[in-house]
Amino acid sequence: MAMTVHVDIVSAEGEIFSGLAEMVYAHGVMGELGIAPRHTPLITRLKPGEVRIDQGSGEMRHFYVSGGILEIQPHVITILADTAIRARDLDEAAAEEAKRRAEEALSGQHADFEYAKAQAELAEAIAQLRAIERLRKAKNN
Amino acid sequence: MAGGKEIRTKIASIKNTQKITSAMQLVAAAKMRKAQDRMSATRPYADKMRQVIGHLHHAHPEYKHSFMKEREVKRIGYIIVSSDRGLCGGLNNNLFRMLAKEIKAHREKGIEVEFCTIGKKALGFFRRFGGNVRAQITQLGDQPHIENLFGTVKVMLDAYESGDIDRIYVVYNQFVNTMSQAPMVEQLVPITSEGESELKHHWDYIYEPDSKDVLDNLLSRYLESLVYQSVVENGACEQSARMVAMKSATDNAGELINELQLVYNKARQAAITQEISEIVAGAAAV
Repeated sequence: MAMTVHVDIVSAEGEIFSGLAEMVYAHGVMGELGIAPRHTPLITRLKPGEVRIDQGSGEMRHFYVSGGILEIQPHVITILADTAIRARDLDEAAAEEAKRRAEEALSGQHADFEYAKAQAELAEAIAQLRAIERLRKAKNN
Repeated sequence: MAGGKEIRTKIASIKNTQKITSAMQLVAAAKMRKAQDRMSATRPYADKMRQVIGHLHHAHPEYKHSFMKEREVKRIGYIIVSSDRGLCGGLNNNLFRMLAKEIKAHREKGIEVEFCTIGKKALGFFRRFGGNVRAQITQLGDQPHIENLFGTVKVMLDAYESGDIDRIYVVYNQFVNTMSQAPMVEQLVPITSEGESELKHHWDYIYEPDSKDVLDNLLSRYLESLVYQSVVENGACEQSARMVAMKSATDNAGELINELQLVYNKARQAAITQEISEIVAGAAAV
């Protein structure tokens, strides 16, 4: 039997793959990597792309990762996969968005206050109407 | 017949409410199971990262990322995880109450606090509570995705790196078991390195492109995954708390119905007795 290495692909949201492989291919930031069992320890960032796992006997598994980190130890290969495309500007935009939402929510306090005021006015109006109705009934009797 | 009709309508309306609460209980139970699965699915990622970070930390003690450096605390950031919806017992309120106490203690010591809220309930509370809400996100849904959290977490981490905040905590409910949830305040940054004082054997990775780059990348992902984990855990807590709350609501409604039914039966019987005695009295008079 050919030599195999244990491969785990995990993302923050769950495990994607776990099993044995004869060879793993991935796109590192410095270039394409082909990893055989008992590779020397290595750590690299991954580029978005395909990860191929050769399970032997011609069986090939394909996974798409949108980046992440690949860690190699002689008997274990771990891919910490990202589930979303990461880029500095994208993250920056998301951060801006989060800030804007907070500001909006805080300035929304004003609107809430007006809502409360309107509610109070409505309650008053209803109370007045009730009083009028009661008066009317009393008159009719 | 005294109030017979009113009691009957009351019973009918309570029965309707009971139907709703028991349906909510069932839904919450199903969702809770899924949330628990999701919770355990997030663990391997963070565990693996912790290992790698631990290794890098030991292999390169000379390089310290700012996320690992302790500094004097003047301002604290809290990332508060809460639910979007209510009807889950005292889950959110217990958390907020505990946090409010802690914040009060900090303020007495002259330490300022800032917030970042996840979920509607936290936003609503801390808007009234006062203090600076730096970022917020709501409507993560039952299946939160980590990419929705990136921005929110980044705002806090950026504030930390620029020195606006000296420490960040995550506040969430920890899932103990179905019946109980414990409010938790956990330190996010600076990262407290735990145990393993010495590297057991001397080997190091080959780094591509270099160790600093990899470590920086890992750290921010690690922190995001920690926040994501607490969001998922809080979600499981929300569902289990809702399940318990709805169960007790259903039970209470059942009790109420029984009581009302008794009152109704008594009223009905009294009315019949009265009618008979009236008829008998009438017959006797004739």
